Amino acid sequence: MKPPPFDYRAPETLAEAVALVAEFGEDGKLLAGGQSLIPVLALRLASPRVLIDLNGVAELEYERLEGDRLVIGAMSRQRSVRKLPGLARRCAAIAEGIDLIGHVAIRNRGTVGGSVAHADPAAEWPALLLVLDGEIDVAGPRGTRTVAAPAFFESFFTTVLAPDEIVTEVRVTIPGGRSGSTFLELARRHGDFAIAGAVAAVTLSERDGTIADARVGLIGVAPTAVRATSTEEALRGARPTGAAIADAAALVGGHIDPASDIHGSADYRRQAARVLTRRALTRATERAAGSLEGSAGLAG
Amino acid sequence: MQALPGEEKITLRVNGVERTGRAEPRMTLADFLRDRLDLTGTHLGCEHGVCGACTVLLDGRSVRSCLMLAVQARGHDIATVEGLAAADGTLHPVQEAFSEEHGLQCGFCTPGFLMSVVELLEEDPDPSDDDIRIWLSGNLCRCTGYHNIVAAVRNAASRMRTQCPDAGRGDLG
Repeated sequence: MKPPPFDYRAPETLAEAVALVAEFGEDGKLLAGGQSLIPVLALRLASPRVLIDLNGVAELEYERLEGDRLVIGAMSRQRSVRKLPGLARRCAAIAEGIDLIGHVAIRNRGTVGGSVAHADPAAEWPALLLVLDGEIDVAGPRGTRTVAAPAFFESFFTTVLAPDEIVTEVRVTIPGGRSGSTFLELARRHGDFAIAGAVAAVTLSERDGTIADARVGLIGVAPTAVRATSTEEALRGARPTGAAIADAAALVGGHIDPASDIHGSADYRRQAARVLTRRALTRATERAAGSLEGSAGLAG
Repeated sequence: MQALPGEEKITLRVNGVERTGRAEPRMTLADFLRDRLDLTGTHLGCEHGVCGACTVLLDGRSVRSCLMLAVQARGHDIATVEGLAAADGTLHPVQEAFSEEHGLQCGFCTPGFLMSVVELLEEDPDPSDDDIRIWLSGNLCRCTGYHNIVAAVRNAASRMRTQCPDAGRGDLG
C-alpha cells in the first residue's frame, strides 16, 4: 500500500506550476489536497512519472464572499471555505455540501480545485457549481480560459482539462432575495461517498410567493453531477405546495442514469434521487419562505 | 547524514522538537514518522485514508498522515500521540479520560482518536454526543463499538473545561 516511485516538483508560484505542466505534459500529475490522489497512488491505480505539488503555491489559496459571489482559489481547503463568516446563513447548500465531504481530516487538506478537477460523480462541488452558475478558471501554457460549469464536466472523473492545464479559481453565485437551499445525501455512514444526493435552491417571488426560480442538482446517479432541468421548469411560477414539489421531483428520472453496485441497485438510486429531491426542495422552500419575518411555511 | 539515491533530507518539527530524516518523495508522512523518526505511535490501518488510525495534527489541524507525503510536511509543526503526555509522564486529560472510560481495547485506533479529539475539544470545548459522533466519523474502531469513546470525549471535555477554562492551543505547537 505504498505509492510507486515518482519524481517530485514543488513550485511556489502559478507561473512555475504552468511551466512544469508544460514541461511534463501527460507525464505529470498535479497534487492538490491529495485526499483522492494519494489513495490512488497507494492502491497503485496510477503511476505518474512526475508529481507536481501545488501545496506551495500560496497565490492559489484564498476564499472570499464578494456580494453574491463566492470566489475560491483552487488550493483553498474545504475547511477554509466552510469557515467563511456568514456562509451557512447566505447559502446553506454550500455549507451543508462541504459538511458532507468525507470527514474533518479530509476537509482540512482537501481542496475545492482538487474536487472540481477530480470530478467524482458523487462529489458535492460539481453539483454546487452546476446549480449556482459556477465558473471555473483554468491556466496553462496556451493561456487562461474560463469554463462554465455545464461545459466542464464530461464523464466519470473526466473534465475538459487538458493534461497541462491547472484549475486556478472557481466562482459561484449565491441566490439572492427570498431564497433557501439545502444539500442532502444518502449514505450508509456519515462521511461515506453518497449513494445519491440532491442539492436544491429555491427563490420565491416577493410579489406573490410563487416559485420564481428553482435549481436542482443530483450526484451519484450519473457519470457526472446533473441538473434536473425538467424539475426546475415544472416548479417555475408554481405555488410552492407539497404536491407541486412531489410532482416535480418525480421528473428527475429523465436526467439520471444510475449504476448498480454493491451500495445500491439502479432502481434504488432512482428512488433515492426522487425522494431526496422532494425533501431537498421542501426544505429549500421552507427556508425561502422563512427568509422573511412572518412568512408562512409550506402550503398545501 | 547521507541520503540514498532518490532520498532527500526532510526537516520538520514534531512535538515541538526539530527532527530530520531522509525519504524518497513517495514516502508518506505516516511511514516517515514511524520508520525514520521511530515514532511508532501513529498507526497504519488502511493506508488509503479511510480508517483514521494514522491521524496526526499538522499545524494544529487533524490530517491523515498516510495521505500526506513526508516532503509536504517540511517546515510544518506535527503533533503525534507521543507528544500528548507531559515530559514527566503525566497523561494528557484526553488520555486520562480514555483510560477512565475504557475508551479503548486493543488500542490500535486510539492514537488516531486521541489526536482527533484534541482538535475537537480545541474547536468545541463542550460538544454534544451528536457533535462528537459526527466529528469522529473518520476514525474507525473495531473493538469498542464507540460507546465508551463518546463517554471518554465527554469526560475529557469536562476535565479540560475544569482545568483550563481559558486554554488555547496549549503545548502542541
